[in-house]
Amino acid sequence: MTTIAPSELFQTEKEDLISGSEAIALACALADVDVITAYPIRPYDTVMQYVSKLKADGVFDCDFIVAESEHSQFEIVKHASSVGARTFCGSSGVGWFYAFEAITVTAGLRMPVVAMVGNRALDDPGAFGTEHNDALAVRDLGWMLYWVATAQEALDTALLAWRVAEDPNVLLPMAISCDGSFLTHSQAIVNVPTSDQVQKYLPPYDRGKLQLHPDNPITVAPQVNEDWLMEIRRQSDEAMQRSVSVIRDAYEDFKKTFNRGDPSPFIEEYMTEDAEIIIVGMGTLALPVKVAIRRLREAGRKIGFVRVKFFRPFPTEELRQVLGSSKAVCVVDRDYSFGSPSFAGVLFHELRSALYSLENRPMMLNFIAGLGGREVHVNDVNHMVDIVQKAVDTGKIEQESTWIGVRE
Amino acid sequence: MSTVAVEVVYRGIFQKTLARNIVRTIVFAARKEGKIGTAFGRYGDSPERNGIPAKQFAVVADDPEELDETLARYEPTEVDVTINVDDTLCKGVESWAWYGLQPINQLTKPDGTLIVTSWQDADSLIRDMHQKDAPIGLSIVKGTVSFSGLWVYKDDHTDVRILGTLAKVCPQLVSLESMLEAIQEQMDNETKVASAQKSFDLASVRPVEPGEGNPETPYKFELPGWKTMEEGVVIRGIEAGAGFRGGDGGYQPVRSEVFKKYSTRSMRPVINFETCIKCTLCWLQCPDTCFDVTPDGLYDANMESCCGCGVCEAVCPVPDCVTMVSEADFEDNNSQYEMWQEDKQGYNSWMTALVDKQKAETRTHGFHHVGGYAEEISEMTEA
Ligand code: SF4
Ligand code: SF4
Repeated sequence: MTTIAPSELFQTEKEDLISGSEAIALACALADVDVITAYPIRPYDTVMQYVSKLKADGVFDCDFIVAESEHSQFEIVKHASSVGARTFCGSSGVGWFYAFEAITVTAGLRMPVVAMVGNRALDDPGAFGTEHNDALAVRDLGWMLYWVATAQEALDTALLAWRVAEDPNVLLPMAISCDGSFLTHSQAIVNVPTSDQVQKYLPPYDRGKLQLHPDNPITVAPQVNEDWLMEIRRQSDEAMQRSVSVIRDAYEDFKKTFNRGDPSPFIEEYMTEDAEIIIVGMGTLALPVKVAIRRLREAGRKIGFVRVKFFRPFPTEELRQVLGSSKAVCVVDRDYSFGSPSFAGVLFHELRSALYSLENRPMMLNFIAGLGGREVHVNDVNHMVDIVQKAVDTGKIEQESTWIGVRE
Repeated sequence: MSTVAVEVVYRGIFQKTLARNIVRTIVFAARKEGKIGTAFGRYGDSPERNGIPAKQFAVVADDPEELDETLARYEPTEVDVTINVDDTLCKGVESWAWYGLQPINQLTKPDGTLIVTSWQDADSLIRDMHQKDAPIGLSIVKGTVSFSGLWVYKDDHTDVRILGTLAKVCPQLVSLESMLEAIQEQMDNETKVASAQKSFDLASVRPVEPGEGNPETPYKFELPGWKTMEEGVVIRGIEAGAGFRGGDGGYQPVRSEVFKKYSTRSMRPVINFETCIKCTLCWLQCPDTCFDVTPDGLYDANMESCCGCGVCEAVCPVPDCVTMVSEADFEDNNSQYEMWQEDKQGYNSWMTALVDKQKAETRTHGFHHVGGYAEEISEMTEA
């Protein structure tokens, strides 16, 4: 809608020292987002600070609306999206939950809103540190969910997000999870692409015949009952299924345009070739895990790591392929699911279900770690690997799920 | 392997931009030499509270894998240089998250350096610092502590003066040339480059030997386990309290054993017990219930609890009856009321001298500033 001359800032590729939140704010400017809504909650609020600064500095123009609550914040972008505006918003922890009604409706109405979730522990008690239960809570509702590990990936994933979400074959919202503190408050060297590159990569959002406009009289979201509802849900299911190949194509194109990226958009593999034990986790957990693995490898241990990037759509195929040849899988959850089948974490259960139909199923052990932003140290990783190794050696799992780093 | 870590200890909000400028410029300077780096604030300190001690870090390494080695632990376990931008923090650092009292030099490596901005001399700073069992160096950047509010940045060159000093005391971090280049690029200001150069030339290090400094053991506390903690996120209340110092008259509330707060203070109130009209306002308004009521109805601010907010000074209706003065002038937390009881004349002249000194100084506790920065810069860079 609002088109302005690309800012001088983005005429040449350059590197900057920025946090994950700043990276996402820059992506908003690069993608020339039309409507951005905000309501403060830590750590997401860092994004709104940077967005408002970029706007105030004239780097880009958008309708920047500070709502009176998260509920309205998400309602506004949902409506803006229906009239064809590219949108961005975000929240954290219980703020995200306060918007829950709008969040479910956004997916139901197929609005390609892109949101950043600054992962934060849920109240009570009031805590600010990272925990993944906030974003995970929407996992069944039709949002694509992604966990990033670095500030660079935050910027890149935001660009990918609009491209995939707004694809006419998808039209589903996407949330990008950034671990509070480790990503939202740490500054790293990031390559900032040019507007030209981004414009080439990201076509304008075109809602086509679904766009709410006086020239295109339509009704959105009438009351329906059992007469229509299942068909509507089935459509969302189909869109989510279609998103898999859209993501694959968009990522290939991303790599060509920007000259960086992993082999797969869905997972990151680290030293998995020949690995007997593979650790699986999401987000910034990757850092201590990789350092631990490098040291374990030096000591001759065959350990690898898989970082799940897309949690929705869940990369079942990729994971089956990588994990199928391992002896044991060590799932580290920065979340919990009280009363779940194994009294374990969300990722663990999803993964076990994905691997169930494998002919040779690896052993699976779960670790709950790093809740509320508690650090997961290299020692903790070693400790988990030891427990899994023992299970492999004895062929027996003594305890399916173990809490790591909790004071007795 | 050559990873270099630097921490900046500062007063939340009032010195946030200062700390940020320092850690960011370090990383940009390292970048000039093809190194990689990261800059971050300690999340437990955020959202920052006015004046509450906080930390930011810069970590620089030769390549990304080396950087990861250090960052695998978010908060470094040791740093090559500790930069303290408020000398009163030499007494210790107590963040608003629950860490206990951390000595200012806790993370400083053996043979590392502590840089402090201060007008105080080395001996008086070392008296405040906790003892360490390894030697470190102390380098003083002479100057008035740089405080400003949330929305302003007091550009008194403290950032570049520290960066110039840093290049001298920690040559393994970056060369002076790279530092000056980064300053020019980031701040686009020739005079700031000149200030950094001057500080580099003037910088010197005073060795601090093991055993020098405050012998006290900094207080800490045991964190409960999940089996010992009460369920339902319940914290037991503290008992109400009794008479003044346990006696019959007056009133003294019981205070938390494990949450003292005195390191959060850059200034403390001194009370003129002679002019106090016993109006109760300080006692009523103090956000931390610091005031013990004495048997004769006076109010004694308890310095184990006081966070130095200055509210008592603001609400006291009597001129100069409560005055916030620099924390740097104190070595203990003793009761002012008891001092006054023991020797009224002695107390009064001591207190009046502190009040007069404060009036002549430009030190503030950050909510407002006094004096012109431009004049201060030349005075400080010459020192
Ligand atoms: S400065 Fe005064 S009001 Fe503030 S905490 Fe200390 S005694 Fe209380
Ligand atoms: S506010 Fe001032 S006059 Fe009133 S009781 Fe306190 S010290 Fe005395």
